[in-house]
Amino acid sequence: MLPVEIKSILEKRAKDGWVPEHEAKAILKIAGVPLPSSAFAATRQQAMEKAAQIGFPVAAKVVSVKIVHKSDVGGVAINIKDKKALEDVWERFEKLEAFEGMVIDAMTPGLELFLGARDDEQFGPVVILGLGGTAVEIYQDIAIRMAPLEKDDVLSMIRELKGAQLITGYRGKPSVNLDALAKAVTAFSRLAMDMAGAFSSMDINPLMATPDGCAAVDARIIL
Amino acid sequence: MDLTPIFKARSLAVIGVSLTNNRHPANVIHAKNHLRSRVKVYPVNPRGGRLNGDRVYENISDIAAPVDLAVIAVRADMVPQTLADCAKSGVKGAIIISGGFAEAGRIDLQDEIVRIAREADLPFIGPNCLGMLAPGYVDTMFLPPERMIRPQRGNVALVSQSGGIIVDQIIKLDAEGVGIAAAVSIGNKAFIREIELLNYLDQREDVGVIVFYLEGFEKGEGRRFVEAAQKAATPVVVIKSGRSEAGSRAVSSHTASLAGDYRTFSSIMAQHGILEPKDELQLVAAVEALSRYNLCIDRNIGIITGSGGHGAMAVDACAQSGLETPQLSEKTRNIILESVSPSVRGIAAVTNPVDLTGSAVDEDFVAAAKALIEDDDIHCVMLLLLPYLPGITSDLGARMSYLAQAAQKPMIAYVPLLEKYRMLIEGFELNGVPVSSSIEGAVMMAQALRRSQPCSLWR
Repeated sequence: MLPVEIKSILEKRAKDGWVPEHEAKAILKIAGVPLPSSAFAATRQQAMEKAAQIGFPVAAKVVSVKIVHKSDVGGVAINIKDKKALEDVWERFEKLEAFEGMVIDAMTPGLELFLGARDDEQFGPVVILGLGGTAVEIYQDIAIRMAPLEKDDVLSMIRELKGAQLITGYRGKPSVNLDALAKAVTAFSRLAMDMAGAFSSMDINPLMATPDGCAAVDARIIL
Repeated sequence: MDLTPIFKARSLAVIGVSLTNNRHPANVIHAKNHLRSRVKVYPVNPRGGRLNGDRVYENISDIAAPVDLAVIAVRADMVPQTLADCAKSGVKGAIIISGGFAEAGRIDLQDEIVRIAREADLPFIGPNCLGMLAPGYVDTMFLPPERMIRPQRGNVALVSQSGGIIVDQIIKLDAEGVGIAAAVSIGNKAFIREIELLNYLDQREDVGVIVFYLEGFEKGEGRRFVEAAQKAATPVVVIKSGRSEAGSRAVSSHTASLAGDYRTFSSIMAQHGILEPKDELQLVAAVEALSRYNLCIDRNIGIITGSGGHGAMAVDACAQSGLETPQLSEKTRNIILESVSPSVRGIAAVTNPVDLTGSAVDEDFVAAAKALIEDDDIHCVMLLLLPYLPGITSDLGARMSYLAQAAQKPMIAYVPLLEKYRMLIEGFELNGVPVSSSIEGAVMMAQALRRSQPCSLWR
């Protein structure tokens, strides 16, 4: 059963055809997928306050229903060191089409993964885990499973990746936290099941993974 | 829905026989069952008369005895009435060979026969199909017997939308000594579809592996199919047509562009322990292995060979297939060294592969196989037998097979295919050990046993 909060976001965005980042993340949070500390700011004043609360350096991303691929239009800024730099970013974003505000994230280090889901015509929701984050389409190093998933399924997806050792550790580099990763992926797979018939695809890109845990840094849902 | 009256029919009506054209599909079906199989056959044609000395019934309702199965080979627009007549006469199942339905744009006609069948609870296969072959029971494929092989009865079930593909597979499996329990061409699969057949065939004791040639599923049907296949006790093998990506998907998300239809399909099959051979060699190897063994193995293969070169090639092929050839334990190596002939002991390489050399005799192979069967770290024993070696006799196949039968561990043999080795090969095959005529094929068999379990269990 889809929680009411998720339902209302989906209904609100039906006319746009997709759910932008801050609301997609709100959905992920309800589903139990961990996020970096993050906030949405609709005004310049809010942006300054939220960034100070999260603590510099931060990353900022534009929010606009007209912009699906944010980095293509200069709608992403990372490593923003202070208020002055954030002011500049705000001014730049403001000029972008249908500007609604910005998402401010804590800078999250780690291994860039890709986590996606698709509502397949024949099989229903399927989950994709891959390496490379934003470069996932270059590497094409992915594993696909039919949702819902158990922990063993997630571990077998990791084994299937050519670059599995990037996740499980190599040459003295520690493994990412596999329990936390498996928890995030299984929670995401249950969300995909609950949303069956109500979405076309979901991307978490990147999902940052570290020895301590993982966090969905960017997300979008295509309805 | 009980499909037994279709697959194990005791009486068969062939509706639409021609009184003038003996090459008509219905006549071929009548002739090949009439007096040749245990099934009682009744020809039907509205004009009546006689066919090969038998009475032709004007209507199915004229047949006084109960009819299990009706084969319908009349013009498409006559099929609804014919099917309704069958239902009224208490026929228990039908195979509609006639074309001219959804595949020819007549979706309305197809919907009508489905409605009739559903109301009457009369399951049918087709329309637009080649029919069904169940050796020992009934053969409704309209192929003249002199143009086909007569496949042996076995435990493999084949289900295919395409009739041509199924005939090919029957012939290729037969060449490997693998027999058929049932082969069915489902054509437009208007009523009986893959899932119904999976559920029916799975509960049959005489079916050991079920093979599907798949073209496509309806909305949501893929999920129901894999869930049913994973629950089934019988291993399931699928071949997918249309693997190339068709159409341009809107690339508005990474997920949509990454997880194409075939890649998704293939991954989901592996996830559910459904074997998906990529070509014909893999298919035949997998089906042969699964028809002999319904058990899943872990990855460690123990190889016994009489030739170092064959051993090395097998190790390479294993490595490429995700299988391992681990070093043997000290204990196993000692057992082998102590039990082989003194003349071999000094020259054999007791590693993995165990190379018994060209001097080995039957007893040496038996001794090594016993040791590997006893070793719990070895999950499957692979024999590479070169019968041109002077110490190997034709009896070795049967002797090895008895060892394998007593053990709960699969054995797979490679023997070059030469007519003069027939008794050695059959010593294995007739005693339940699969044989491949290539090293790659033998490794594919082992791989099939490993992959017929969900991929989350592949360690």
